Amino acid sequence: MEGPLSAVPETGGRLRGSRCADCAVATYPADPVCPRCGGPAGPVVLSGTGTLWTWTVQRYAPKSPPYVPPVAGFAPFTVGYVELPEGVRVLAVLDVGPEDAEIGMPVTLAAGDGVPRAAGVAA
Amino acid sequence: MSGEDVLVCGAGITSFARTEASGRQLAVRAVRSALADAGLPWSRVRAAYGGSDAAGNADTLVAELGLTGVPFTNVRNGCATGGSALVSAVNAIRSGAADVALAVGFDKHPRGAFDPRPADWGLDEAYGRDGLMVTTQFFAMKIQRYMHDHGISPRTLALVAEKAYANGVLTPHAWRRKPLDADEILASGMVNDPLTRYMFCSPGQGAVALILCNRAVARELGGTPVTLRAAVVRTRRFGSFEVFSPWAPPGTPTSVSADAAQHAFEEAGLEPRDIDVCQLQDTESGAEVMHLAECGFCEHGEQESLIPFGATRIDGSLPVNTDGGCIANGEPIGASGLRQVHEVVQQLRGRAGERQVPHDPSAGFTHVYGAPGVSACTVLTR
Repeated sequence: MEGPLSAVPETGGRLRGSRCADCAVATYPADPVCPRCGGPAGPVVLSGTGTLWTWTVQRYAPKSPPYVPPVAGFAPFTVGYVELPEGVRVLAVLDVGPEDAEIGMPVTLAAGDGVPRAAGVAA
Repeated sequence: MSGEDVLVCGAGITSFARTEASGRQLAVRAVRSALADAGLPWSRVRAAYGGSDAAGNADTLVAELGLTGVPFTNVRNGCATGGSALVSAVNAIRSGAADVALAVGFDKHPRGAFDPRPADWGLDEAYGRDGLMVTTQFFAMKIQRYMHDHGISPRTLALVAEKAYANGVLTPHAWRRKPLDADEILASGMVNDPLTRYMFCSPGQGAVALILCNRAVARELGGTPVTLRAAVVRTRRFGSFEVFSPWAPPGTPTSVSADAAQHAFEEAGLEPRDIDVCQLQDTESGAEVMHLAECGFCEHGEQESLIPFGATRIDGSLPVNTDGGCIANGEPIGASGLRQVHEVVQQLRGRAGERQVPHDPSAGFTHVYGAPGVSACTVLTR
């Protein structure tokens, strides 16, 4: 079953969001209604690169359920918000170690099996 | 502000330490304690409002308190449960519908972090499955950005917690009553960077009750009433940064705490500089730092030149969380907002014992913040 967060091949892994025609507010996941003005919002394919707005490290295993740890067991992971040129900050799991995470660093952002995933890129 | 003046004539609180007692049993104790403090029998209460997040319905307390027929309204409004019950009780007095009203908040939670379900928040199951439905992550990411933007140091976060535990030592009803210094707090193990284990509060238990009266009843009772000048609850506006958000809008986030505080000060006809003692939501150390500025008590970044110099300690220029706040008392969701009001009432009456703020404080402020972007604030004066 395809959920609203599933990767869509034709976007090349880029996230599908929405954007309000009137106030230019972009959202992810897509929302048919603009959360600011209540007007209609249309679909948009979001940029695949942005900058890291904030981040932290999940050092302990979240409660299961709902968390499903990897087969190899829980290991700390990095999460953060990636700011895209469309003017939306997207929550993502970061494939960036805590030592390398830095606010403002350039990152790529793509749809994953579940939530969006971001990775570092050469500056 | 219009209508009758609202006075807090009775305040009751239970221990916030872990015990075998149920949330309802704690609530009954708090109500009886508040009634005794006011010098009023239960039969004199004309309107009652209360609730818990996870410990049952407040209106069932009439089974223990007495079947007087009093209208008793259940309130279940997340972290603003206590604040919303209080606003309702205030409105009952102001409108003249009641001359004596009760607000009660109580709770009891299982140990460990809260475990919300994605569906309850309108989120895809993937957010839970992949480990992003974790409240502590959000608090960490908010303060991480704030420290970057406003130059707050990790040591300042530790000093907030150090103060909370020091004040907990002085507070008989607090849960955490052992002092911890900033070095121990910084070394207690990272939970979600930059926040360590001892910078967080834990879900807990406790109950608080307040008896509100109009001026005529307060005069008959004598005692030392405290005037409740404002009680305000607000929800978020567009542009805020909240827990469990798959996305957030760009720009500097708006703040529901700033909105609620501003409305409370306007309603009270006072300003932040008039306040002598305040209680601010301290789910973790970073929250207290940010709420100091969001509620108008300093500029963003100014905390770094206040907290390390003791400004927010009991003997400082603006004592904050004099009872140890959520960090020392834990977080029973339904009770925390009224605990803050109870503490300010005791401070303004001069009855706060070892943790009494010096120089007869005459005005106090309380602030609650919670998911999904709600804040409740009060202003009280002697």
